[in-house]
Amino acid sequence: MDLFNAFIQILDSTIRLSVPLLLACLAGLYSERAGIFDIGLEGKMLVGAFAGAAAASVFHSALLGLGMAILISVAFAMIHGFASITHRGNQIVSGVAINFIAAGSTIMLGQHWFQQGGRTPALAPGERFGAITWPGADALRDVPILGPIYAELISGHSILVYIAFLMVPFTWWVLFRTRFGLRLRAVGENPAAVDTAGISVAWLRYRALICTGVLTGIAGAYLSMVQNGGFVKDMTAGKGYIALAALIFAKWKPVNAMFACLLFGFLDALSIRLQGTPLPVIGKVPVQFMQALPYVLTVILLAGFIGKAIPPRAGGVPYVKER
Amino acid sequence: MAQAAIELIGINKSFGAVRANRDINLEIVRGTIHGIVGENGAGKSTLMSILYGFYQADSGEIRVGGKPASIKTPNDAIALGIGMVHQHFMLVDNFTVLENVILGAESDALLTKSIAKARSELERLEREYGLEVDPDAIIEELPVGLQQRVEILKALYRGAEILILDEPTGVLTPAEADHLFRILKQLKEQGKTVVLITHKLREIMAITDTVSVMRQGTMVATRETRKTTVEELAELMVGRRVLLRVEKGEAEAGGVKLAVKNLTVKDSRGVTMVDDISFDIRAGEIVGIAGVAGNGQSELLEAISGIRRAVSGSVMLDGKPIDLTGAADPGELRDRGLAHVPEDRHHVGLVLAFEENENSILGYHDDPRYLKGPFLDIDAIRNDARDKITKYDIRPADCRLKTANFSGGNQQKIVLAREMEQDPGVLIVGQPTRGVDVGAIEFIHKRLIAMRDQGKAVLVVSVELDEIRSLSDRILVMFAGRIVGERGPEATEGELGLLMAGVEQREAAE
Ligand SMILES: Nc1ncnc2c1ncn2[C@@H]1O[C@H](COP(=O)(O)OP(=O)(O)OP(=O)(O)O)[C@@H](O)[C@H]1O
Ligand SMILES: [Mg+2]
Repeated sequence: MDLFNAFIQILDSTIRLSVPLLLACLAGLYSERAGIFDIGLEGKMLVGAFAGAAAASVFHSALLGLGMAILISVAFAMIHGFASITHRGNQIVSGVAINFIAAGSTIMLGQHWFQQGGRTPALAPGERFGAITWPGADALRDVPILGPIYAELISGHSILVYIAFLMVPFTWWVLFRTRFGLRLRAVGENPAAVDTAGISVAWLRYRALICTGVLTGIAGAYLSMVQNGGFVKDMTAGKGYIALAALIFAKWKPVNAMFACLLFGFLDALSIRLQGTPLPVIGKVPVQFMQALPYVLTVILLAGFIGKAIPPRAGGVPYVKER
Repeated sequence: MAQAAIELIGINKSFGAVRANRDINLEIVRGTIHGIVGENGAGKSTLMSILYGFYQADSGEIRVGGKPASIKTPNDAIALGIGMVHQHFMLVDNFTVLENVILGAESDALLTKSIAKARSELERLEREYGLEVDPDAIIEELPVGLQQRVEILKALYRGAEILILDEPTGVLTPAEADHLFRILKQLKEQGKTVVLITHKLREIMAITDTVSVMRQGTMVATRETRKTTVEELAELMVGRRVLLRVEKGEAEAGGVKLAVKNLTVKDSRGVTMVDDISFDIRAGEIVGIAGVAGNGQSELLEAISGIRRAVSGSVMLDGKPIDLTGAADPGELRDRGLAHVPEDRHHVGLVLAFEENENSILGYHDDPRYLKGPFLDIDAIRNDARDKITKYDIRPADCRLKTANFSGGNQQKIVLAREMEQDPGVLIVGQPTRGVDVGAIEFIHKRLIAMRDQGKAVLVVSVELDEIRSLSDRILVMFAGRIVGERGPEATEGELGLLMAGVEQREAAE
């Protein structure tokens, strides 16, 4: 029974840890499906996290915080768009620049505004997104097996967690069942076909980037307003890059993306859980090794275990009219 | 009185220093098939792209149905009932036919509804015009002929009254081309207007009502088709008399340069494409391989040039074997004097994003002539490129221009110039004049024959029977991966046509 409970707890933290990955991964999916590489997911999440926590603590409102996170993150996505769509700049360079600007500006503004070494003030409960307890969760907690699953895994998360998982079927539906999705996929494969069909390539790509910005904004808000009670410098800690790896791993498909992110979240949860615990046979594993595990696995998986991942064909190439 | 579907008045368009269209006036009568011919780079595609709103004219006026029209985007053109099938298809390769057809013209924000509506409409169009395609097939799995039908369906689905086709037959087999012409005639009977750009004057004579000739950005003449001749059109295009069939003397064949023995090649799906083929090519002769596209010619070429793995058999170059494992070093083959002009210049022959001079030495960049120590000798490369541009009349004569910005025929000349100027002992050419104008065809044919007369061995693969017949000293006909017959240059078109259709083989089997 103890083992079962431990397992449930690991799964529970798997969910919590995969949420920012999942939101960022879906964010990347919108832009890369539209043919814009976005290495700046990391930076957009970071500014989202900062703007969310800052606004929430100043205005004492979680919702305003979320709104601000989305707004600023979308603004950064538009900078990426301006550089890489309108001015046909290199998408990788623009993305990296966004990451640098995000890392620097959040610390600088944080220090300037709040004087707490780049942190934002700790958020009060009303300024964060609290856990939502589902009806009957407490009553059912003691039912064997199903009780903990319902009470721990399904109930008791913040609204952003549910939003993140609902975004999976929603994204699938948008991509494969709507006109916008058809055009978005087409522009990532062959923008000239979209152009000659009478649709604006630039506007379509900008719209995809808006979707990206909204999702990275929510991901950032989750980090600073749910997982943590405030912004801490560099709190994204490479999640934007892991999300990109998950995206490739998922072959740019929404449902696959969810499983990929859950897998990475699970590894993360496992490494936290096993820190300092001696394992049978191997003995005590150094913390650093466990922390490195998700990244090592990413490399291994990407290097050969997922078969050929074919990215959208026009990915990374600015669109210029020509034959 | 005949009514004008489209009037172009004083159209000008420049790309940097290149004046692609100057003061073009053109009237296209409703319900006719109007041909446009002209040399490579004459500005045909540009003019039509302006009409379709893909490019903007620098000045000039467009009238559609008598009314002045402002066409700023393809959307405006579509709204005015203008549809276009581009020289290079504008399809999303991994979408289905249906998805490609509705892209940009979806009736509804939800796909399921749009697709359901489109499906019945598409079926009606397919029936009405004989344009059968499986609506659920994935584009990249369709042969080019069918991909082109999808392009036509796209235009018709958008309610096109005026259909522009830019070199539609360049990639088609003769049978597919015939089918296309039947479709175009049907469109005309239904009152639609068709604009057809082509380099094949025979097609112009066969199907158009009126024909306009462009030369170096200007419109030089418009003729009623039945009142003109192929010779007159060719002369108008090039500005001088053109030999439609190049004169050549008897071949003086020498020793065997290239010997192919029992060669068998399979494609990526494991289907046998080249089936136990043997033949020799001697110094000083041109051997032509005729056949309907898709009968193994491409695979044969690729195997001989070391790009594709052969299952069995051997190929000897000057008595020494060529590595047929598919891992042959193309550089080594070049050193041994085997030059290859690939069929698909876009994907295999050129890096479109490179400048012309870079492409003109691609593959020969290790040659000491182009090197200064470990570095490329830029000046030598550019001078060399300029020489080739002059010699092969590549236009525009700018070796710094990005290759993608050359017209289709000029891109072909860049590849030909590169390979022929290396003075190879054996030259293998796939579709030497695909998309090339009559003047350039004459020039390329003359060059090939000159190479032969210098004692080179030349292998030409072409789906154009005329070309095979006028170039070859010996003609091999391929059908279903086998060589089904060998003929001399005097063979008639009918005789070769029957062989190409596999008729004799069937008789022999009976
Ligand atoms: N986007 C572009 N940028 C620069 N130059 C261009 C561009 N498009 C076309 N040109 C130039 O304009 C001229 C006309 O080109 P166009 O493609 O209209 O010729 P074309 O008559 O269709 O030739 P072809 O028969 O070889 O297809 C050429 O010299 C070409 O190099
Ligand atoms: Mg053209």
